[in-house]
Amino acid sequence: MTTTIETNTFKSEEYFINMGPQHPATHGVLRLLLTIDGEIIKNVEPDLGYIHRSIEKMCERDSYQQIVHLTDRMDYLSSHINNEAVCLTVENALGLEIPERVKVIRTILAELTRLASHQLWWGVMGMDVGALTTYFYGFRDRELINDIFEETCGARLTMNYNIPGGLMFDIHPNFVKRTKDFIAHFKTKLPEYDTLLTGNVIFQKRTQGVGILTKEDAISFGTTGPVARASGFSCDIRKHHPYSAYDRVQFNEAISTVGDTFTRYQMRIQEMWESISIIDQLIDNIPDGDFKVATNAVIKLPKGEFYQKVETARGELGVFIVSDGKKSPYRMKFRSPGFSNLSALKKMAVGSKLGDLVAIMATLDIVVPDIDR
Amino acid sequence: MGIEKNELVNDFPGQIIPGGNGGNITITTLDKVINWGRSNSLWSLYFGTSCCAIEMMQTGAARHDYSRFGFEVARPSPRQADLIIIAGTIVNKMAPVLRRLYDQMAEPKYVIAMGACAISGGPFYYNTYSVVKGADHVIPVDVYVPGCPPRPEALLEGMMMLQEKIRTESMKHKVNPIDGFDQGL
Repeated sequence: MTTTIETNTFKSEEYFINMGPQHPATHGVLRLLLTIDGEIIKNVEPDLGYIHRSIEKMCERDSYQQIVHLTDRMDYLSSHINNEAVCLTVENALGLEIPERVKVIRTILAELTRLASHQLWWGVMGMDVGALTTYFYGFRDRELINDIFEETCGARLTMNYNIPGGLMFDIHPNFVKRTKDFIAHFKTKLPEYDTLLTGNVIFQKRTQGVGILTKEDAISFGTTGPVARASGFSCDIRKHHPYSAYDRVQFNEAISTVGDTFTRYQMRIQEMWESISIIDQLIDNIPDGDFKVATNAVIKLPKGEFYQKVETARGELGVFIVSDGKKSPYRMKFRSPGFSNLSALKKMAVGSKLGDLVAIMATLDIVVPDIDR
Repeated sequence: MGIEKNELVNDFPGQIIPGGNGGNITITTLDKVINWGRSNSLWSLYFGTSCCAIEMMQTGAARHDYSRFGFEVARPSPRQADLIIIAGTIVNKMAPVLRRLYDQMAEPKYVIAMGACAISGGPFYYNTYSVVKGADHVIPVDVYVPGCPPRPEALLEGMMMLQEKIRTESMKHKVNPIDGFDQGL
């Protein structure tokens, strides 16, 4: 980077390069318009809309029970947490008292979802920087979580297990045992992640000091989740505005002040340990009781505006409902974490090498349908 | 020989591919060898737009492992690929890109539509202004794999069905599925 070319023979010139929309490192169909000078990135402009499915508009025609299944397809890696966000908003608007059993089960499933999401991210992150082995290790453990989901919720990925008022059905009799088995198994496997990738010198050289995001920028771009926490912005919704059963568990918010790619990587590894600890605290203490409270078959929210935010695997997901008293919302808005995190990409990537952009994109952990909706 | 032209056949909406009979021993033997090679080394283009891409990745990962059937070489470039697995929704903005990728692929080329969105628009069929109601509005599709998203086993089944389809091909009756596609034939 410090070498300057003296002669005019190799005069540098800015040129334009198009990354995506079909590109393996963009994690979906994101298009990046890059202006580069040799290997140095001068400008990054994301071009969105290649998977814009008009989910917010569809919500205006659907009933509140139907909306839940659309949110599965937004951020499909945190599908359970998305469902929970919509259900919490509707329940708060209706003033429903949710049984303790539901709260605990929701929290356990949300943390399992977060683990599954981070496992996938870890596998793909390694793949993006050239270590294909991580892909197989990450997915090996993810399959075990998918088995738990399949048994209890009936689906592997898009679970649609929450309904306004509780859960669709009670947990499977094997749920507690299988979750315990998985946690015991994963506690022995998570250190492998560190030995495989974290300590790798090549990996560290590619990620340390690359794509630095300062705390001021992190706040002003509205980044949340592990991206913001790596920059020192304490923003864990689970800690600051607890919902479901997060007020009764002890966990630490993974936070650092460095703000480079490697720190964002470490944040997620730490979050996995915290998720394990949360599940450990709750799995033996699932209270007895109903798994849902009765609601009307047609849910009508009172007139007004309702907002609820939850912490997905990527950051703060906000659900905003404007209701005019009918069976569908007048306007539904999702504040997706990926969109805000992606907006900080320019700040991180400009000035670094083209190859580093892939590593930066990997630690943003974007899910493009979540951004485009 | 082929199929006799009669009223029933004229009413058939799709394209009729004659069977492999009618070739001599050289052609049929060569067909067997070529089809065996082609069907067992299908290189797929990395084309995942949404949720189904995760199940596609699961299919490639340790438990399901589609490399057992010769699919493991996922290519980021259409020029090196034989097969597009459309894993996810196709929206209006993406449709020209998908068509362009298909056109850039070398023949013979195959398409698997994975999941409800790629088949018909799936959950995004009603009340939406931006979703293409099925990838077969844009490019010809060989195999449809239903599910939202399909399980990895379902995708494997779909891929093996595509292999079966390829094994029935003959160089004597070459059919390019894109011929007449834009005219709705």
